[in-house]
Amino acid sequence: MARLGVRLRQGFAMLRGMAVTFRYLFRPPITIQYPEDKRSAVQPRFKGRHWLTLYEDGMERCVGCELCVIVCPSQAIVVKAAENTPEQQVSKGERYAADFQINELRCIFCGFCEEACPTGAIVLGREYELASYTREDMIYTKPMLTEPYPGASGRDPRREV
Amino acid sequence: MTDVAVAAVKSAILLGILLTACAYMTLLERRLLGKFQIRYGPNRVGPFGLLQPLADGVKLILKESFMPANVDVLVYWLAPALSMITALFVYAVIPFGPEVMLFGRPVALRLADVDVGILVVLAASSIGVYGIILGGWSSNSKYSLLGSLRSSAQLISYELALGLAVIAVVLTAGSLSLVRIVEAQRHVWFVLRQPLAFLIFLVAALAETNRAPFDLPEAEQELVAGYQTEYGGFKFAMFYIGEYVAVVTMSALITTLFWGGWQGPVLPGVLWFVAKTLIFVFVFIWVRATLPRVRHDQLMAFGWKVLVPLGLVNIVATALAVVLRP
Repeated sequence: MARLGVRLRQGFAMLRGMAVTFRYLFRPPITIQYPEDKRSAVQPRFKGRHWLTLYEDGMERCVGCELCVIVCPSQAIVVKAAENTPEQQVSKGERYAADFQINELRCIFCGFCEEACPTGAIVLGREYELASYTREDMIYTKPMLTEPYPGASGRDPRREV
Repeated sequence: MTDVAVAAVKSAILLGILLTACAYMTLLERRLLGKFQIRYGPNRVGPFGLLQPLADGVKLILKESFMPANVDVLVYWLAPALSMITALFVYAVIPFGPEVMLFGRPVALRLADVDVGILVVLAASSIGVYGIILGGWSSNSKYSLLGSLRSSAQLISYELALGLAVIAVVLTAGSLSLVRIVEAQRHVWFVLRQPLAFLIFLVAALAETNRAPFDLPEAEQELVAGYQTEYGGFKFAMFYIGEYVAVVTMSALITTLFWGGWQGPVLPGVLWFVAKTLIFVFVFIWVRATLPRVRHDQLMAFGWKVLVPLGLVNIVATALAVVLRP
């Protein structure tokens, strides 16, 4: 049994702890009440919805190399490559992605595809409100994934990779 | 005959108010804990979350009433009912206010003036321990059994300290009846005459209701839910509400025994009683938000080696003071 002084000091320590919680009563809550309130902006390197980006002149960056397909841990990407013909030059390389699908439900938003891509085509953007009512709606096709105009994804279209 | 009718009406009103109040106490606790932790408590279900207890109640009632294999059926059903009934039973002897004139006849704002009121209270809480023991035993599960054993050891140890604090109050007031104890505090509340007894009673009340920091029997991290593990649906609701009823009961007892009961200037007695009880309910929740859990051996050591000797010393000193009073 410790001495009385020690026990009294321990007792007072408990009371001081209770004073701390009492002070906290009067602080405003730090909770952000989603969905009425949202964070003003997400972090710069936030990993959200995918985009297939374009060069400044509007040509597609994706050359259909399928490195993203290989590296994806959830096998969420499916790519069908096709040859660029002189009449129809879609990307700056030899091939382009004729069909590009990402299953956002399988995706774990790890960003490996963005790291693996040699041309910087596939990027993860800032949108996180991707909920939907059916599984079919969550399979994003190439028209859904391609930027409507260069820079729509939030990345600089003049970057090299 | 009219006496019986009056008593029946009083019981019905009291029961209704109590059960609603205890259901809303769950919401109060969750909102207050949120405020202590600078977050929000439930505020989505109805304005300010006021329909949350209703939603919880409906959910629990509609849940599948399962029964694990090899349980002792009668006991399994009986245990939560016992817990809740004994917690509610105490209100039969607590005075809520002075005698008032209602509809032209004097009505005492209490259910019964029993000469041994405080003994009724202690007896009821002792029987309440059976609810926990039986709940754990009949569930036919190791976690439940261990939880109930720990809990009952805790309860009987701290009931001793509770009783010792109560004896000091009884000595000071000169009566076992709760009505007379309140009246004896006309001039000075007992918290000023018996500060040590108040502190002992407060700590023992925390332990008796299985509240933090003495909530080891419900420590989710160790015992799943202790003796409540195998209970679901309405039976769990009864244990749950029974626990909050016990908290309000202890707050009401603290008010009655130490803080003057319904006495106070200007406002009607009932309002003072409710206000003081709510303040102590707040203290219970405040303590839960602050203090970490006490280990079981520390708990038992504290109860037997600190509270009981302190209670005995307090009784001796009080007895001396009473005898030597002019």
